[in-house]
Amino acid sequence: MSGTGALPISDGSLALSALLIGLNLALSSLLRLGLGRPLLLASTRMVVQLLLVGGVLEWLFRQQNPLPILGLGLVMACIAAVSAVQRTRRRFAGIYWNSLVSVLAASSLVTGLALVGIIRPQPWFAPQYLIPLLGMVLGNTLNGISLGLDRLMESLVSQRDQVELRLGLGASRWEACREPVADAIRVGMVPTINSMLVMGLVSLPGMMTGQILQGGAPAAAVRYQIVVLFMIAAATALGLVAVVLLAYLGLTSRDHQLRLERLRQVP
Amino acid sequence: MTSPLLLAQGLRKQVGERLLWQRLGLELGPGERLALVGPAGCGKTLLLRQLAWLDPLDGGQVLLRGLPPQGWSLPRYRAQVAYLAQRPPVFAGTVAQNLAEPWTYRCHQGRSPDPERLLAWLDQLGRGPSFLGQDAERLSGGETQLLALLRLLQLDPVVLLLDEPSASLDGATTLKLEALLLQWLGNGDRALILTSHDPDQVQRCCDRQLELGP
Repeated sequence: MSGTGALPISDGSLALSALLIGLNLALSSLLRLGLGRPLLLASTRMVVQLLLVGGVLEWLFRQQNPLPILGLGLVMACIAAVSAVQRTRRRFAGIYWNSLVSVLAASSLVTGLALVGIIRPQPWFAPQYLIPLLGMVLGNTLNGISLGLDRLMESLVSQRDQVELRLGLGASRWEACREPVADAIRVGMVPTINSMLVMGLVSLPGMMTGQILQGGAPAAAVRYQIVVLFMIAAATALGLVAVVLLAYLGLTSRDHQLRLERLRQVP
Repeated sequence: MTSPLLLAQGLRKQVGERLLWQRLGLELGPGERLALVGPAGCGKTLLLRQLAWLDPLDGGQVLLRGLPPQGWSLPRYRAQVAYLAQRPPVFAGTVAQNLAEPWTYRCHQGRSPDPERLLAWLDQLGRGPSFLGQDAERLSGGETQLLALLRLLQLDPVVLLLDEPSASLDGATTLKLEALLLQWLGNGDRALILTSHDPDQVQRCCDRQLELGP
């Protein structure tokens, strides 16, 4: 990148930006919206997490060894896998493993291919490429997985009679569950597909904005963005299909039975 | 002594802490018609579901012509031991589309529907060919039951497991449906197990009863 770097933000300016939230806090308490606590908590968490991450990244970017970098990637993937499950309304034994396996497989495959085959930094694990790319992939895969898992479990419960009717008529478990499975995958992909449809028209993605703020040429930033969006779409689709199929296998049996007693509702 | 079509031995069912039945056995030969009777909640539906292998087995075994369900592979077992739920749902679309859906399953490939027989059955039940074009989701409860029974019968199962097959039918249609069932049973190695809240129906349709105790 040929940029000269963005203008640095001083501590005072940073505090000034917090005033914007302060305005909302005042409004909330005035109108008793009950927004104050969650907003304050979220803002504080955001600041603390980002400052911590800034420090970790400073240290990480000086590393020459791939191990700590890949280790951080693994931790990020685990957090994404757990958060994806935590937003669902039902659970079954093994749901966390299903999520972890799907997130890990999809994100490492897609990020790995992009690093080695497309962007080709030297060395391939260069953290200023690997970590942010992986982060963007994980953030989106997480959303897809959590939407798809939730939808699959809800449809199997609400369409239980239909599924069992098909089984009773001689359908295999796949024939009986194909509709809910396809529906769950479709729902999980909606945000990704929607965001690609309006990309550049409604939203300027954060990474591209960042590169332009850094003084990068918009044309180059756009190219990066295209690669990243393809990575996101590919990883989301892969992770989503994997997790939905694993959950489908977990909630049916080899005897072509629907095993919804394995589901329990999150209180 | 003919060998049984369906044989169940030592069945055991537990729901939570409650033991519904144990050491339950039944034997069903060609042409036999068995009624499951007992108070509400004694597990009649669960026993039918068990025989259709829709629930995991808590104990015992079930054999169709001497082979366990896994021996047939489950879709093929269920195509022969056909279960009709008490309030069967319909698929989106017309009655005809509902009747066509099972023929798309792999286990029915190589066989094809018999439209003439279907029309004859419809006629017997007092419904004309226009019934086929109706929107299945707008049928009355009774018509939904007729559709569900025809959707199953057309596949030529060996053992029919019917859970309250005429619960939403008027008296006249109930008798027509029973006549159709008995006629169907007479055509080959076939047997029937049903539950009914109506003792008269049990009398008319069945030659044996199995009492499920509380």
